[in-house]
Amino acid sequence: MIEIKDLHKSYKMGSNSLHVLKGINFKAEDGELVAIMGSSGSGKSTLLNILGMLDEADSGEYVLDGIPIKNLNETKAAKYRNKFLGFVFQSFNLINYKNAMENVSLPLYYQGMGRKERNEKAMKYLEQVGLKQWATHLPNELSGGQKQRVAIARAMAAEPKLLLADEPTGALDSTTSYEVMDLIQKINDAGNTILVVTHEEDIAHMCKRIIHLKDGVIVEDKKVKQVRAADYVQQG
Amino acid sequence: MFSRDNWKEIFETIRKNKLRTFLSGFTVALGIFIFVSLFGFGNGLINTFDEFFQDDATNVFFFFPGRTSKPYKGFKSERQIEFDNSDIEDIKKNFPMALEYITPRITRGAMVRYKSESNNYTTRAVGESHQFAEKTIMMKGRYLNTLDIKDKNKYAVIGRLVEQDLFDDEEALGKFIDIGGSMFKVIGVFQDDGGDNEERMIYLPYTTRQLLEKNNDKIDQFIVGFKPEIGYTGAMAFERSLERYIKEKKVIAPDDENGIFIRNMADALQQNQQFAGVLQLIVAFVAFGTIIAGIIGISNIMVFVVKERTKELGIRKALGATPANVISTILLESVFITTISGFSGMLFGIALLSSLGDTLEDYFITDPYINTGTAIFATIALIIFGAIAGYVPANRAAKIKPIVALRDE
Repeated sequence: MIEIKDLHKSYKMGSNSLHVLKGINFKAEDGELVAIMGSSGSGKSTLLNILGMLDEADSGEYVLDGIPIKNLNETKAAKYRNKFLGFVFQSFNLINYKNAMENVSLPLYYQGMGRKERNEKAMKYLEQVGLKQWATHLPNELSGGQKQRVAIARAMAAEPKLLLADEPTGALDSTTSYEVMDLIQKINDAGNTILVVTHEEDIAHMCKRIIHLKDGVIVEDKKVKQVRAADYVQQG
Repeated sequence: MFSRDNWKEIFETIRKNKLRTFLSGFTVALGIFIFVSLFGFGNGLINTFDEFFQDDATNVFFFFPGRTSKPYKGFKSERQIEFDNSDIEDIKKNFPMALEYITPRITRGAMVRYKSESNNYTTRAVGESHQFAEKTIMMKGRYLNTLDIKDKNKYAVIGRLVEQDLFDDEEALGKFIDIGGSMFKVIGVFQDDGGDNEERMIYLPYTTRQLLEKNNDKIDQFIVGFKPEIGYTGAMAFERSLERYIKEKKVIAPDDENGIFIRNMADALQQNQQFAGVLQLIVAFVAFGTIIAGIIGISNIMVFVVKERTKELGIRKALGATPANVISTILLESVFITTISGFSGMLFGIALLSSLGDTLEDYFITDPYINTGTAIFATIALIIFGAIAGYVPANRAAKIKPIVALRDE
């Protein structure tokens, strides 16, 4: 699914250049649930942004589902993002003047899908995240956990090859975090490939594989026994 | 790009961002509204100036006697010049080429009485061609004619308001009125565009007036109408030769400025038209400035709108909006708002102008109007330049990397 070879990225900070990623190599297969861990400044968000085509690498190879991702212009990147990728952000990034259903259907709008069809599809995904009855509510009428679930529904609506989650639980309390992770696990169970960036150990252990990043290089890459988030979610 | 779905998306955005919509719409509507009103007022001003001259014929010279200021050929200065009937005949005889008509005018105030009603009016004792010089319009009966002048008939042509004042609902034609002690028969009623004062006049044959004043042949002033086909330069030349002729006849020094006075309506009209032209230029300049200000206003709002929407646009890009999507989202929205508000501002302006009509006549603005073509042109210009001005920030927004836009709080 993902193949990365010798990825480098540096940022210019005035006259200094900050080398954030110093040669990253890894592969992820279909249906994997990978946690990318590391302290702040380790380069984990940068890696995710490059994987998400929100940012460009300076050098190295990135192949997504057999398609080499390079020399993208903005239009092409946008089309790839729309087709291949779903994003979940720490700060949810919902459009505040659109209700839950409209937010979820937005990627479908950019796919050129008709209004009726995409609203139906949006409702289907809202139902999957348990927010069907909240469909007409604006984001500021929803709790943090609900917002993140809407964001996950939006990321899934386009049926992407790869779901990228950047600190999806970073702005949530632990109970809500587990609920969100439960949802992510269920989506993964259904066969979707998911990358989760986090710095929380318990969240990372709810994935199937943990990649540890430190100072721009991978220091550890191990499979773990997945902790099911459902065990922590209060039933009823 | 112009699919129904796209428009729905735009309508939704507009509906849900009322302040933004209001701000940009209001600026445009106000700009066009001011442009239309200003342009209309300018035209109203020009209308007023034109109207000053519409009342009277413009192919006429008015000759007034004066008092000489220079001794000449044995005459002392300070000599009062007087016109008489022979001047009329001489001019008729000597200038047949350029002369269309000539009429004397003797103005007197008089107490006018009919039955129990009485009032003071101005009477003008004139020749039959005075009707053309003053553009007198007959409502009923007839104007004075050559025979009336020759026979020194005691006939009177009264203004519309004189009839109203003296006769109420009674028919004035054929009735006799007392003008300064003599009975005159009313043979006609007239109206005049020159306003109420003109319609409170009474016209009499000048020969009758002279008869009443001890059968003299004196004339207060006379009005010369020239043939329009001699043109402006011909008129100026005619004026000079007339002046020379009268001065010679009355033995006035050629360089004496005060012996006689001539008012040349053609010259005044020419000056007026030049003035109106300058006025139009100034109005056009100010109106153009308003449009420029409107364009600058809408550009500023576009910059603000894009700044405000940076994060939203970042989200949209992350979800798969292409740069073209982003630009069209911003531009179509702004063009839609400017079109709607531009045309409503234009319609409001036109409605204001047409509702004003004559109400601002005291401020020299008559029937303000704007050419529909001009108004639509200005509106479309504002829309187009607004779109061009909006394209710059929209293009910049489309080029921002989504990751940068998403960080924007």
